[in-house]
Amino acid sequence: MLELYILLSFMIIGAVIALEIKDMISSVIAVGAVGLGVSIAFLILKAPDLAITQLVVEILILIILIRLTLKRDLPFSTSGRWLLNTVVTFIFIAVFLGVAYFAIKDLPEFGSPILRVAGTYIAEGLKKTGAANLVASVILDFRAYDTLGEATVLFTAVIGVITIMRKIGRKKIDEVVNEEDE
Amino acid sequence: MKKTSKRGPREPGMTLIVKTITRLTVGLIFLYGVYIVVHGHLTPGGGFAGGLIIALSFIHLMLAFGKDLALKKFSKAAASIFESLGGILFLTIALLGFTGGYFFLNFIRKGRPFDLFSAGIIPLCNIAISLKVGAGLFAIFIALVFLQILKKEE
Amino acid sequence: MIYFLCMVLFAIGLYGVLRKRNLIKIIIGLIIIEYATHLLFILVGYRKGGRSPILAPDQEILKIVDPLPQALILTAIVIGLAVTALIVAIAMRVYDRYGTFDITKIRRLKG
Repeated sequence: MLELYILLSFMIIGAVIALEIKDMISSVIAVGAVGLGVSIAFLILKAPDLAITQLVVEILILIILIRLTLKRDLPFSTSGRWLLNTVVTFIFIAVFLGVAYFAIKDLPEFGSPILRVAGTYIAEGLKKTGAANLVASVILDFRAYDTLGEATVLFTAVIGVITIMRKIGRKKIDEVVNEEDE
Repeated sequence: MKKTSKRGPREPGMTLIVKTITRLTVGLIFLYGVYIVVHGHLTPGGGFAGGLIIALSFIHLMLAFGKDLALKKFSKAAASIFESLGGILFLTIALLGFTGGYFFLNFIRKGRPFDLFSAGIIPLCNIAISLKVGAGLFAIFIALVFLQILKKEE
Repeated sequence: MIYFLCMVLFAIGLYGVLRKRNLIKIIIGLIIIEYATHLLFILVGYRKGGRSPILAPDQEILKIVDPLPQALILTAIVIGLAVTALIVAIAMRVYDRYGTFDITKIRRLKG
């Protein structure tokens, strides 16, 4: 699993660059590098469904973020209580990592998962659903409620975006409202 | 992806090179999305990935040719209708399970494993979810792009 | 150990959310946190020497990685994309209203 360590180190470096660099377009592209690293990691961890989805989602996130950075206002101010804020943030992160170190010990060891629920799915998935792709049989047959909830959340997010971005109701009266933009 | 940032502010769409390559590739991308959706129960992929790829093909068209042509192919009302259709189809399949007993029952005959027409309701659910995800994300993208165009007119 | 590297990635995203002033950087921090969480789930479900959960016609089922976290994360990725789009929409509205992405200047609640 050496390649996984290398990939994760690369992703950590990419995340640091994405947060610290001053040019916004470079920052967005560094996030794209981190996302493609996640996609490759999914491929190494034997999850091809997720690798395909993550690849496409990464491209869409990149388009949306570049769309956001087209407004060229890039403030970089470090005034105020800079030292106190930084110290408090680092203490918080240190405490978080310490707690995470002890919490990780309770997880199953890497490479040997507990297959209590999934054992049934693996053993009887093909017989009960007839689908060769076990992930599809889990999300659409054994746990289809989960997918129904996901569809609801997606619908709500679409409604939210359209409501926030529309123009009617936010304009003054003398301005012309474009009809296409409902 | 660098191509998107290179778009000129005035003319609708990008240069001739980008338009020609888009004309060649956009059909293939769409077809690949349909393939992934239909084979979702046999190979990696499924409704989510396939729907995203279908949405990406239309977004590709919109980025290359400007919004008018993409909206002519797939208008905003169509996006709304297809998303609702996907949701209703998914819910209908779930409710039809009550004919045999419970919600989300796999009520169609399973068929032979590893065939294209097998696995009962799973391919139908994949198609419903791909409609919902693709249309929903395309609607999000339309909404995000329209503001820029309206701001330019002001 | 590899879980801890994943947690470090999470902590970097957390640093971005807590410390940065620019709204775009905060969104980027949220995206990094999302990636770290997805990766942790899949790491927990990995099985050493396992095969991907796609069955083939003439093969015995011997060792297969856990399909349950993969199914959960598959929905979570799409939800993450939708939520990111929602945050971006809100950020663009904030920019229209206040003319800046700096969160220390966004104090007043103008109509």
